[in-house]
Amino acid sequence: MKLSNRTKVMEQGEMTLSERMYLPAIVGGMATTLKHFFSKPVTIRYPEQKRYLGPIFRGQHILKKDEEGAERCTACGLCAVACPAEAISMVAAERIPGEEKLYREEKYAKVYEVNMLRCIFCGLCEEACPKEAIFLRHDTMVPVFNSRDEVIYGKDKLVEKMDQRYLREGWK
Amino acid sequence: MDLLSDFFLAKAAFIGIVFAITLGIAAYSTYFERKIAAFMQDRIGPDRAGPFGILQPLADAVKMFMKEDFIPANSNKWLFIAGPCLSMLTALMTSAVVPFGDTVTIGGVTFDLQGIDVNIGILWVFGIVSLGVYGILIGGWASNNKYSLLGAIRAASQNISYELAMGLAIIAILLFSGSLSTKAIVEGQQNGHWNIFYQPLGFIIFLICAFAECNRTPFDLPECETELIGGYHTEYSSMKLGFYLFAEYINMFISGAVMATLYFGGYDYPGIDFVTAQFGNNIAVFVGMGALIGKALLFVFVFMWVRWTLPRFRYDQLMGLGWATLIPLSMYNVVVTAFGILIGKPFTAGIVGVVLLIGGLLIHDQLFVKKKIA
Repeated sequence: MKLSNRTKVMEQGEMTLSERMYLPAIVGGMATTLKHFFSKPVTIRYPEQKRYLGPIFRGQHILKKDEEGAERCTACGLCAVACPAEAISMVAAERIPGEEKLYREEKYAKVYEVNMLRCIFCGLCEEACPKEAIFLRHDTMVPVFNSRDEVIYGKDKLVEKMDQRYLREGWK
Repeated sequence: MDLLSDFFLAKAAFIGIVFAITLGIAAYSTYFERKIAAFMQDRIGPDRAGPFGILQPLADAVKMFMKEDFIPANSNKWLFIAGPCLSMLTALMTSAVVPFGDTVTIGGVTFDLQGIDVNIGILWVFGIVSLGVYGILIGGWASNNKYSLLGAIRAASQNISYELAMGLAIIAILLFSGSLSTKAIVEGQQNGHWNIFYQPLGFIIFLICAFAECNRTPFDLPECETELIGGYHTEYSSMKLGFYLFAEYINMFISGAVMATLYFGGYDYPGIDFVTAQFGNNIAVFVGMGALIGKALLFVFVFMWVRWTLPRFRYDQLMGLGWATLIPLSMYNVVVTAFGILIGKPFTAGIVGVVLLIGGLLIHDQLFVKKKIA
């Protein structure tokens, strides 16, 4: 008696006539390749065409501004602490009167640098940030760099531009 | 003979055109091979050189010429150089007897669209194709490399084995035409009486043998990468390698043209009378030439289609298929065809022959073959 009735007899015996003639199998195989011949390619012309990588892809960093255009970052340093690759460094400064339009809190990051050679794009800075200031964009990758001068991204490259704001799916 | 007669010039011009067409098609076959491979594997394929990558053959040629032309130290230098030359030469010579079209009259000169109409036409094709293996054999031997030699030996034995079945398949055609001349064979098939309708079995045999003769997958054991690195062209580089690859594509096109000539009515096409009546004889003949080239290109596509579908045979399977299957089958085909011609009903005989063959196989299968247990 069998324990389960799922035993498969693997002894094949001789091939059947159609199997020995090969031709039916060949015609079937050629039909398969012809079907693929007319189907849409799954690859794309990469540098010209880009795929949508999803709403949670972790690309280039961005330092968000609020609706009035003031920087959210207060240079608390939690992102730098959270960063396992130690890619983030910053210098804090105190906001002086008249700069309320530029910085939301009394303290701001005078220098904010991300070393893109070190960064592993884990997104822990994003999770650590209490002010929702730093994000990894889902739509932009860090471009290829050719020299080490281009590696460290300062505020000039990181801070959000008000004319092209970054909006992630699900945000208002 | 007056060498500078109009007839001679017309023939020379025609041969030049055939060469140009053959070489152009061979060059673009490399591109289409890669494109077709890509499409069949759901890819896009080469698309960087020019729009849709149509300049890819040019880029490949430049690459081939710029590479180092290396000749191994212990090789036989002259034979090493002669190998690819011979391959290319024999590949190009075959097209001489393929009838590309009927008779045209241009500028008062009447000539056939055919290199030379010799009364041994199809034998010429066979002779040259047999010579073609020398290119591979010499190249493989002169490389002084075990893998190359193995590839060359494989090529030689494979070509000899499949030439037998091919020749027997053609004998059935010759029973119809009564002549070895390719022109006579094509003229016997005009107005839709294509040999494929009378010789379905013969055509399948010829097609399989053509794959083997061109060293194309699934019969590409001479250049089998997994076992022999590159096979007979392991040691070749630069344009000498290019010549070998090029010769393969020329062979593909020419064997497509030969198959169209032998089985698909050559330059015959439906509506030839209508075109002749409407536009005159010359236009009709040139359309016929286009039809032949179209048929040949269709076969080139089939060659590529099969290449990207089937895996390679094992060597004993290859020999078994050639000697134990195709040669008996083609002998049977000759007998059936001869019988059909004797009783005056070749079409019926062809169909009955295939039915009898399948019936016989089924009965043999029932009586003598162990069945699957499950």
